[in-house]
Amino acid sequence: MSLQPVKFYQTGTFTVGNRLLDESLRTVQANMQRTNSLNSGHRACQGCGEALGARYAIDAAMRATKNRVIATNATGCLEVFSTPYPETSWQIPWMHSVFGNAASVATGIAAALKVKKKSDVRVIAQGGDGGTTDIGFACLSGMFERNDDVLYLCYDNEAYMNTGVQRSSATPPGARTATTPAVGIHPGNAFGTGKNLPLIAMAHQIPYVATASVANLHDLEAKVEKAMGICGARYIHIYVPCPLGWGSSPSDTIKVARLAVETGLFPLFEAEHGEIVSRIPIRNKVPVEEYLKLQKRFAHLFGEDRSAIAMIQEIADRNIRKFGLEEA
Amino acid sequence: MFQVRIHGRGGQGVVTGAEMLALAAFLEGRYSQAFPSFGSERMGAPVVAFCRISDQEIRLREPVTMPDALLIQDPTLLHQVDLFSGLSKSGFILINSGKSPDELGLSGLPYPEDHLLAFPATEIALKHIGRPLPNSSLLGGFCALTGEIGIDSLKEAIGRRFSGKTAKDNMAAAEASFTIVGESMHAATD
Amino acid sequence: MLQQIEGSRAIACGIALCRPEVVCAYPITPQTHIVEALSEMVRTGELENCEYINVESEFAALSVAIGASSAGARSYTATASQGLLYMAEAVYNAGGLGLPIVMTIGNRAIGAPINIWNDHSDSMALRDAGWIQLYAETNQEALDLHIQAFKLAEALSCPVMVCVDGFILTHAYEQIEIPEAGKVDAFLPPFDPVQVLDCMDPVSIGAMVGPEAFMEVRYLQHYKQLRALEMIPEIAKEFSEQFGRDSGGLARPYRIADAETVVVALGSVNGTVKDVVDEMREEGHLIGSLCVVSFRPFPLMEVRACLENSRRVVVLEKSFSVGLGGPLSDGVRKSLSGIALRGYTVIAGLGGRAITKKSLKGIFAKAEMDELELLNFLDLDHEIVARQIMRERETRRSGPIAENLLKSIGTVASRIA
Ligand SMILES: Cc1ncc(C[n+]2csc(CCOP(=O)(O)OP(=O)(O)O)c2C)c(N)n1
Ligand code: SF4
Ligand SMILES: [Mg+2]
Repeated sequence: MSLQPVKFYQTGTFTVGNRLLDESLRTVQANMQRTNSLNSGHRACQGCGEALGARYAIDAAMRATKNRVIATNATGCLEVFSTPYPETSWQIPWMHSVFGNAASVATGIAAALKVKKKSDVRVIAQGGDGGTTDIGFACLSGMFERNDDVLYLCYDNEAYMNTGVQRSSATPPGARTATTPAVGIHPGNAFGTGKNLPLIAMAHQIPYVATASVANLHDLEAKVEKAMGICGARYIHIYVPCPLGWGSSPSDTIKVARLAVETGLFPLFEAEHGEIVSRIPIRNKVPVEEYLKLQKRFAHLFGEDRSAIAMIQEIADRNIRKFGLEEA
Repeated sequence: MFQVRIHGRGGQGVVTGAEMLALAAFLEGRYSQAFPSFGSERMGAPVVAFCRISDQEIRLREPVTMPDALLIQDPTLLHQVDLFSGLSKSGFILINSGKSPDELGLSGLPYPEDHLLAFPATEIALKHIGRPLPNSSLLGGFCALTGEIGIDSLKEAIGRRFSGKTAKDNMAAAEASFTIVGESMHAATD
Repeated sequence: MLQQIEGSRAIACGIALCRPEVVCAYPITPQTHIVEALSEMVRTGELENCEYINVESEFAALSVAIGASSAGARSYTATASQGLLYMAEAVYNAGGLGLPIVMTIGNRAIGAPINIWNDHSDSMALRDAGWIQLYAETNQEALDLHIQAFKLAEALSCPVMVCVDGFILTHAYEQIEIPEAGKVDAFLPPFDPVQVLDCMDPVSIGAMVGPEAFMEVRYLQHYKQLRALEMIPEIAKEFSEQFGRDSGGLARPYRIADAETVVVALGSVNGTVKDVVDEMREEGHLIGSLCVVSFRPFPLMEVRACLENSRRVVVLEKSFSVGLGGPLSDGVRKSLSGIALRGYTVIAGLGGRAITKKSLKGIFAKAEMDELELLNFLDLDHEIVARQIMRERETRRSGPIAENLLKSIGTVASRIA
């Protein structure tokens, strides 16, 4: 049980937490008994997708392990907003070391637990996209390659948010950031750059790789739960909109995340030992404009020359073909 | 040296406010220094920015602990943060609120009555800018209340900081606030 | 042109005027505004003929600069704190290779506990890497030092760090004179590299050097720094002739002529110190100060000349050699070899703790009465420290210090019941 029990502020209706569903079909988040691992009172912005994603994922991991989770955290928004000294929002054993080493610190904890014969305690490493795809990449790849018993969760908000929205290798083409300003002949982040970390993780042939989104709660929780049932190196890449960095409305976080999936820009899939084993098909395909226009970081693409939007549409279409997302 | 502390919340533009004030002083040929309170706060968290204005070069690098004027962008901070800390006995206080200082529970403060003023800066911003950004209004009010900076210099600073319609709207909000605060000061002394 | 401008932006303007050909950067507070401004200038074409590279770590940032400099391009990067430590291996490498890279450090504390605020721990940690280290007192000086730094670096073939107090300078918005491009061009000739990777004249750079020559290589690195002791004042003089203001140099005394007590410090705190000196002088105290601009090379003779007629020295340090004292004090002490005067170290401003006039006045007054310890900590909360020390004596409790302090503040760490 958590120190502070969960409260639903909206009462007198059944809509909160899918309480019309059968108990067994409800999400972990709908359960009043959930651990609330990342407690309220933290300092994230309104509508922060990362705060949601972390709570969803860790709560699900806690349920799957009967509350036996230790987590490490790379430097970044999640770390900063959750632990403003002398306070902490974490209700689990949690540790921050530096920016680039979350995966290695987790490996160390897992090794210690092994020596201490605490096989029931599981280790999770968490980081933002910058801490994962850029500076933490070498440590992460090492953790994968050795097949260490760690689940790595990447909260992807597509830039270095904690330092004021600079480009990372997860920043999508066309997006404006503080280091890819919307000026000059090719405004925003350059096309043809960036890396797809889930695919790179798969190339390590690790037991489990998945992508997830804060807009697909059931799916996200199921993937975390599944990952916790597997030993060895696991990776889940979670899509978490950032209203501040993306210039989207804090009330649109889930909508933006859903549109990323429905346009094909963020495919949801699972892979085992390097092989894709499941994907979430797109039910109603949405043109990328619908997604882009909600975010100020793409506002400059809506001028007279719309060719960049067409190029982003091509990326979405390619994803749909490549991952087989079209509903049969 | 005249020292100002601006209290607000992350996202309300306290730093921009302090910088525009410093710029206005610069345009009057004076020395000035604006700087933030250097936190890692996110949207909505209490934040502070500082501004020093002087006729001599400013060498001092400590935070403003003994301000001559306080600008309070968000009245919800009144009972959360120690806003008045270090304010000189003859200091000025300008609060963004439609309520009077009495209604805000500030009647007992040991400052000259005509130095303490509340006016609805956000409403004025909404009217002229169309968005709840009280910065320019508060600075216009500051010019009237303290006389430390001329309203024309402030308007020029706004014009340099923003461009086009945004600049014009912000100037209008500053001017309107300058007038409103000026009038209520006379009302208070009459 | 005189402008009211943020320190970081002014520094970026200064860098742009030096026409760097490769700029690479990785974000870290409080350096970000400098490199963001540069990325914009490259995009808009304001800074022409320049490659701006968003790299994936600080290690890569400096490594890219190493490559670019070896291929003959004027190269620049900026970092701070954790970032400087993360690039440490490359920092020594650039020093050993003698590549004329200029790097801004937006001085910030080092974790754990993580802290984004200003002190000098970061650049001090890399003080012996073979780089020249210059500390700016004001934003005007920060801008000017960068222009001087490229000239110095390229004349000596030696990298230069320009250290600028994070937030206090980088985020201060004040009036700064931005030099004219033509004048900078006249002052700083185009980069003519001493060593360059060139197909027409192939060289190998970076070979392994054994015991037979390693000492000599290190000595020659030191020799460059000795040369810098001569060149830094020359360049500062030339700068002052060209731009009409004094910036840089080795060290700057303030009201020391008849001073019995001299305060020595690096960087922006010298401004506050000068205000305190003035106030205390008004009250009849014989006090002065010395701003050390060049920390590497350390100007032993100049510092000695400024201090030898005083009775006591107070070294104000924004970094802390845990277990000993302060790195600036070490240099000052060395400069006073054979001279008997009282010396005090005051550690101040760690992790952004404000250094106020009031506290400085108090500690300087105590120094005048010789009531200080050898090592002092400005505004340290002795009570909280004493309680923690007591607890540690009573119960053996391993774990991070910051988290243990929570018990004094009355907060209970979370746990799962
Ligand atoms: C070695 C090092 N370099 C740079 C930093 C500065 N830094 C801290 S957090 C951060 C950005 C984090 O971005 P990301 O990992 O994407 O997480 P987000 O804040 O976006 O959630 C950066 C650049 C650091 N702490 N350490
Ligand atoms: S900046 Fe973005 S990621 Fe960081 S707390 Fe705010 S919304 Fe969340
Ligand atoms: Mg990120």
